[in-house]
Amino acid sequence: MATYTIEGATGSWEVVIGLEVHAQVISRSKLFSGAATDFGAEPNTQVSFVDAAFPGMLPVINRECVAQAVRTGLGLRAHINLVSRFDRKNYFYADLPAGYQISQYQHPIVGAGTIEIELADGSTKQIGVTRLHLEQDAGKSLHDQHPSKTFIDLNRAGVALMEIVSEPDLRSPEEAGAYLRKLRTILRYLGTCDGNMEEGSMRADVNVSVRKHGEPFRTRCEVKNVNSIRFVMQAIEAEAKRQIAVWEEGGTVDQETRLFDPGRGETRSMRSKEDAHDYRYFPDPDLLPLVLDEAWVAELQRGLPELPDEKRARLMREYGLPAYDSGVLVAEQAIADFYETLARGRDAKLAANWMMGDFFAALNRTGKTIETSPVSAAALGQLIDLISDNTINGRIAKEVFEAMVETGEEPGVIVERKGLRQVIDTGAIDAAVDAVLAANPDKLAEFKAGKEKLFGFFVGQVMKAMAGKGNPALVNEALKRKLA
Amino acid sequence: MSLDPATVRRIAKLARIRVDETQLGQLQTELSGILSWIEQLNEVDVEGVEPLAGGAQGAQAMALKMREDIVTDGGIPEQVLANAPDRIGNFYAVPKVVE
Repeated sequence: MATYTIEGATGSWEVVIGLEVHAQVISRSKLFSGAATDFGAEPNTQVSFVDAAFPGMLPVINRECVAQAVRTGLGLRAHINLVSRFDRKNYFYADLPAGYQISQYQHPIVGAGTIEIELADGSTKQIGVTRLHLEQDAGKSLHDQHPSKTFIDLNRAGVALMEIVSEPDLRSPEEAGAYLRKLRTILRYLGTCDGNMEEGSMRADVNVSVRKHGEPFRTRCEVKNVNSIRFVMQAIEAEAKRQIAVWEEGGTVDQETRLFDPGRGETRSMRSKEDAHDYRYFPDPDLLPLVLDEAWVAELQRGLPELPDEKRARLMREYGLPAYDSGVLVAEQAIADFYETLARGRDAKLAANWMMGDFFAALNRTGKTIETSPVSAAALGQLIDLISDNTINGRIAKEVFEAMVETGEEPGVIVERKGLRQVIDTGAIDAAVDAVLAANPDKLAEFKAGKEKLFGFFVGQVMKAMAGKGNPALVNEALKRKLA
Repeated sequence: MSLDPATVRRIAKLARIRVDETQLGQLQTELSGILSWIEQLNEVDVEGVEPLAGGAQGAQAMALKMREDIVTDGGIPEQVLANAPDRIGNFYAVPKVVE
């Protein structure tokens, strides 16, 4: 992996990046209350007195949210802390009714782990995960509904979040993007977070600093709440360039919180008060320590699905696929499942080629996903079978596939209806070859005079005469025989 | 432990409590008194005792009780909004806060 650097006036700079990802936990009810978590409900209809912080209401923790955090920790090959604790993080904001967020400060539920990322050049890198802790989400503020008021909806208040903090191990926008994609894939495999950045169920805070090669870390800035992988990558570059300019002009970078403006492609300081970071954490007196039973953790471990890294290794081993193909096919569990259904008992590489070629292209073109695909794994498998048993040739198969996307019909039906069965009758092929040779005496003479590349021309003419349905191997064979 | 006026001002600001300059001296005395009282706990010998955050520990250890993941609450917007100083529709309405 070539080192990513940014050239400044005083030489090249290295970029140091750490990511804090907030991942909304998939659960029916909230972390400390029995209110529902569904996205998009009418305002303030999924709010209990606990979420609205009415006096005297007490939090009771949701076992499933704890299980989801443990599963995620196990999926990140991280240390599970059997005893952890909840703290209050104090700050005032209109969408935080209690005036504090219940979080885990000193004793998180999950300790150190790792995520392996794959880069464009095929290399891999281990990125350290510092910790994962459970905390409450805040409510939602709507600033654009009224000229002088902000509207507050507490439906999201109290929904469980996992904050997943990386080590400052990332060194380029590409690595940061790869880390986020990999983390999202792992969370989706585990079923602990849907990873939907557009709906805000996964959000990233990006810590960026720059340094000259071999130096210790310099001061970092935190770019808050970036809501797409593309913006994270853009924000890193913009922020790194800003810091380099500050250092090179003889200034110092102040540790501060900044916002990324995608429209301008730059970060700007948040007009926060200087004491915004004084959260005055202290143990939440309403909550006892969270103690996990080792047997329960082991049971959750046994219930984990096959994770992307393992699945990738298995596809390479069992199906003989190259690393690249395997990596593409495990990006989503549904894609991997589709592939395995397709490849079972068939030519595994041919199946991979079809999925990664025409099939993905058709999904992109029609705006469909693997879940809503107009072509099922069974139907695509039938198409591959028709190629393998010589019913149709590869070129016709592409035509049949397009018809399958269009109509949802089975390939066998399309082949019969359109009469696309390939011609393996050598008599018919010979006749077509004879007709082509007779129609092109000049080309035939040139060929005989040594212009051998005209062979391709004859193949094309014969296939055209047969409406593309000739068996390519038999056509080649017949031509070779007649031209000999 | 004695607090200086700047610290008292800062504590009040973090707690969003408005304190007149004239009240500052009295508050300084009261808060310092509370802190001194709590500081007496430092005299207790806790050598070898693990920090305790709520509940008992050791033989009397108590852990957090967990509930099942079932929707049992919500659907009460009128009650939730009953004490709102201002509301528009089913939203709380607050003075515009824009970062």
